[in-house]
Amino acid sequence: METVTITMKNAPALYLEADTISPDAFAGKNAAQIAELPAFEGNVPTTLGKYFEISGTAGATAADTKIVVKGDVKKVKYLGFKMSAGELVIEGSTDLYVGAWMTGGKILAKGDVAAFAGLAMKGGELTIEGNAGNYLGAAYRGDWRGMSGGKILVRGNAGSDIGMYMTGGEIVVNGNVDVHAMTHAEGGKLLVKGNAKSKLGGQMVKGEVIIFGSIDTMMPGFKPVGEVALEVEGTRAMFSHFIGDMGERHPKRKGETVYANLYKKI
Amino acid sequence: MSEYLIKNGHVFDPVQGIKGDKKDIAIKDGKIVDKVGSGAKVIDAKDKTVMAGAVEIHAHIAGPKVNLGRIYRPEDKLFSCTPTKGMERMGGGASIPTTFKTGYEYAKMGYTTAMEAAMPPLFSRHVHEEIRDTPIIDEGAFPVFGNNWFVLEYLKNHEIENTAAYIAWMLRVTKGYAVKVVNPGGTEAWGWGLNCLSINDPVPYFDITPAEIVKGLIEANEYLGLPHSMHIHPNNLGNPGCYETTLDTLRLAEGFKAKNKFGREQVLHLTHTQFHSYGGTTWGDFESKAKEVTDYVNKNKNITIDTGNVTLDETTTMTADGPFEHHLTGLNHLKWANVDVELETAAGVVPYIYSPNISVCAIQWAIGLEIPLMMKDPMRCYITTDHPNAGPFTRYPRVIKWLMSRKARETQINAFKHKDKVLSQTAIGTLDRELSLYELAQMTRAGPAKSLGLSAVCGGLAPGMDADVAVYNFNPDKPVADPEDIEKAFSRCAAVFKSGVQVVSNGDIISNGHKRTLWVNVKTKENPQVARDIAEKFVKYYSMTQNNYEALGHHFVPNPFALEVDATN
Repeated sequence: METVTITMKNAPALYLEADTISPDAFAGKNAAQIAELPAFEGNVPTTLGKYFEISGTAGATAADTKIVVKGDVKKVKYLGFKMSAGELVIEGSTDLYVGAWMTGGKILAKGDVAAFAGLAMKGGELTIEGNAGNYLGAAYRGDWRGMSGGKILVRGNAGSDIGMYMTGGEIVVNGNVDVHAMTHAEGGKLLVKGNAKSKLGGQMVKGEVIIFGSIDTMMPGFKPVGEVALEVEGTRAMFSHFIGDMGERHPKRKGETVYANLYKKI
Repeated sequence: MSEYLIKNGHVFDPVQGIKGDKKDIAIKDGKIVDKVGSGAKVIDAKDKTVMAGAVEIHAHIAGPKVNLGRIYRPEDKLFSCTPTKGMERMGGGASIPTTFKTGYEYAKMGYTTAMEAAMPPLFSRHVHEEIRDTPIIDEGAFPVFGNNWFVLEYLKNHEIENTAAYIAWMLRVTKGYAVKVVNPGGTEAWGWGLNCLSINDPVPYFDITPAEIVKGLIEANEYLGLPHSMHIHPNNLGNPGCYETTLDTLRLAEGFKAKNKFGREQVLHLTHTQFHSYGGTTWGDFESKAKEVTDYVNKNKNITIDTGNVTLDETTTMTADGPFEHHLTGLNHLKWANVDVELETAAGVVPYIYSPNISVCAIQWAIGLEIPLMMKDPMRCYITTDHPNAGPFTRYPRVIKWLMSRKARETQINAFKHKDKVLSQTAIGTLDRELSLYELAQMTRAGPAKSLGLSAVCGGLAPGMDADVAVYNFNPDKPVADPEDIEKAFSRCAAVFKSGVQVVSNGDIISNGHKRTLWVNVKTKENPQVARDIAEKFVKYYSMTQNNYEALGHHFVPNPFALEVDATN
C-alpha cells in the first residue's frame, strides 16, 4: 500500500468542500496530479494544491492507497466522500460529511468530526476517536435511506439524530448520545455504552438498540416485554427488553409481527 | 430577425408528408418560409435528421404540487445539480427539476412546446409564475374541472350552456388552455374519505356520477369549440383490472363529433394510458390489457391517447388524484404529501422507485411500450412519461430507443429479474415493430400539435408555421449499429430553433428565446346566472375574493399567445 500525506499549509478563508480527498480520487496519481484535483472554496472552484502540501504517490487502485491528512482541517468538508476502498487517516478534527456515502475501506479520524459523518454509508469502517456530531450514519435530508452497512465506532460522544432511517450496519458509541437516536430506523444496530436522551427509537420499524447507561425519557411507544441476559462486546448482564415503536407500521415474517428491539442494561 | 437556412438535412415532416428527403428548411422572421436571401446564416445538416420542434402534450412541470415535490424532496437534487455555464443558469433536480433546468432540458432534446397537465385554478398565479421562469419553451396549462363544485352542480342538472360559460370564464381568468379531468368525482369524494372507482360510483353530497361529469364536459367542450378536447385521467388509475373502467370511460365518447375551427378531430384525449391498461385482480396476477385498450382506440377515431411510459427510474409521483396517492403511500411506505384546493381539486405527492427487479414495475414498463407499438395510427398516440409520474421527461431519448429498436427492448427484458413474468403477462416479447423516424415525428410533433388544436402553429415544417426546428445527429441512411446511438442522438440536438431564434447549438443553450404562454380566449354570450353563481361562491365559500383570483397582466403572463374562440353563436 502506498501512502500519500497531505498537510494543510494555507487554510481556506471559507469552508473547503474537498470531496476529492479519497483513495478513489487519488488512485493512480502522483503528488502533482493530486494537487490539481478540483474542490470548492465557498462557491469558487479551486484545487487541492492551493491549500495542501502533498507528498507521496498514490497506489494504482483505491485499495492500494492510504491517505494521511495533517494540519488543521476543521474547515474542510467531505473527507473520504464516497470512498470504496483503501485507508484515510485524519490526524485532527474536521468538518461535515466525513465518510459520507462510503462503501468500503477504513477511515480513522483522530479528533472530532462534525455532523453527517458516515451519512448513508453502505460499507467499510469509520472510527472516530473524538466526538461525532449530529446525523451520524443517518439519511440525507429528506431521504429515507440511511446507513445500510459497515461499522461506525465513536470513542467519545455522538450528537442528535444518529442512525436516522438506518437500515443496516452497526454504530457503537462509547460515550453518550443526544436526542432522536435511531428515528425511523428499519434495521441495523446501535450500541451506546453511555447514556441516551429522549425520543430514542421514535417511529422505529425494525432494528436493535442497546443502552448501557440511562435513558432520559422512554418513548411511550415502546412496550416492556421482560428481562433478558445478553452478552454484548464481552459484557454479560441483564437487560430490560422493550419492543416498539407501537405507533408505527410493522412488517410480518412467517406470520409474526416484527418489531424493533430495545435493550437497557439493568 | 435573422434568416437561416438549414441545408441538406434528412427532413421528416408528417404535416407535408416528407419522409426523410434531403431538403433545405428556410427561416425568416420567426416563421418557416419557402426561401431566404443569400445572406441567410447556413446550418449544415448533412447526414442529420431534421424535424419540427417536439410538442409535449402532458407533463407536470409547473405549479404548487410540482413545487411541493421540490420542497419535500431535497434528496432529488442530491448529485443532480449543474453549475452556471455560459447562457445557462444553475439548475438541479432529477425527477422534479428547477424551472430553468426544465426549459433547458426540453430544448436540448428538441422540444419547443409543452403543456402543464393539471393547473389548480385557485393557484393559477403560481403556475404562471413558474411558467414565466421556465425558459425557451412555449407553455400552456390545463385547469382541472372534473371535481369542481360549479361543474358538479351544473352537470347534475345537465346544464351544458352554464358549464360552458363557466369553463370560458375559468380559461380566461386562469389563462388556461384546455379542460382537464382527473379522477372525475373521485377527488371530491376523497374530501369525504371516499373515492369513485367506477364511472357509476356516485359522488357524495353532489349525487352525480363520473359518467355524467365526463359526458357533460365533452358536450361543453364541443359547445365552445375549444382547440383541445376534454383531456382525461379516468377513475381507478393504477389498480389491477382498471382497464375495464378505462374502456367504460372511452365508451362515453361514442356518438360525439369534434366541432372546432382548429383541425382537431378527437373529442376525448386519454392520458397516461399505461396506468389505465391493467388486467388481473391482484398484484400477483397483474397483466397487460394494452391490446384491449388499443383495439378500442384503433377503432374509434374520435379518441387520442398518450402513453405514460415507465422509464425504470426513481421518481416523484404527483397527481390531482388525491386518493390514489394515499393508496400508493400505503404500498411503498414512502413520504406522502396531500393538499386540498378549496372547491376545486386536491393533489398528492409520493416518491416512487420503478425497480427493474420488481415484476410489477417491469410489466408496467412493457405495457407502456406495447401501447404505441399496437397503435395503428401514430397521429393519435403520443409519447409521454406523464412526467414525473412514470419517469422524468429527460428519459424521452431512452423511450425512443426502446420504440425504435427491438434489440434494445430485448436487452432490457433480459436484464429484468422476473423476465419470464414480463413475457407471460404482456405481449412485449412478440412485438417486432420498430418505429420509423416518420412515425416518431407523428407521435411527438404533428400528432400532439393536431390534438391540441395547434396544427397551424407548430408540429410541422410547412411555410407559414412557427420556425420551431430540431436538428439531430442521426443519419437515417446508415443502419443503427448500436441502439445506444439512438438514445445519444435524441438526447442532445445539434441545433434547435424556437420561433426562428437559435436556442441550442451542439447541445448547449445559446439563447433563452422568446418564451410564450399559450392560452385560450373564449368569447361567450353574457350569462348572468353563471356570473351570479361565481360571485356568490366567492362570498360564501372561497378564502379569497374574486378580485384576487385572476392571473392578470405582465407579471403572470409577460408574453401571451392567445388562441381566440368565438362561442357567442
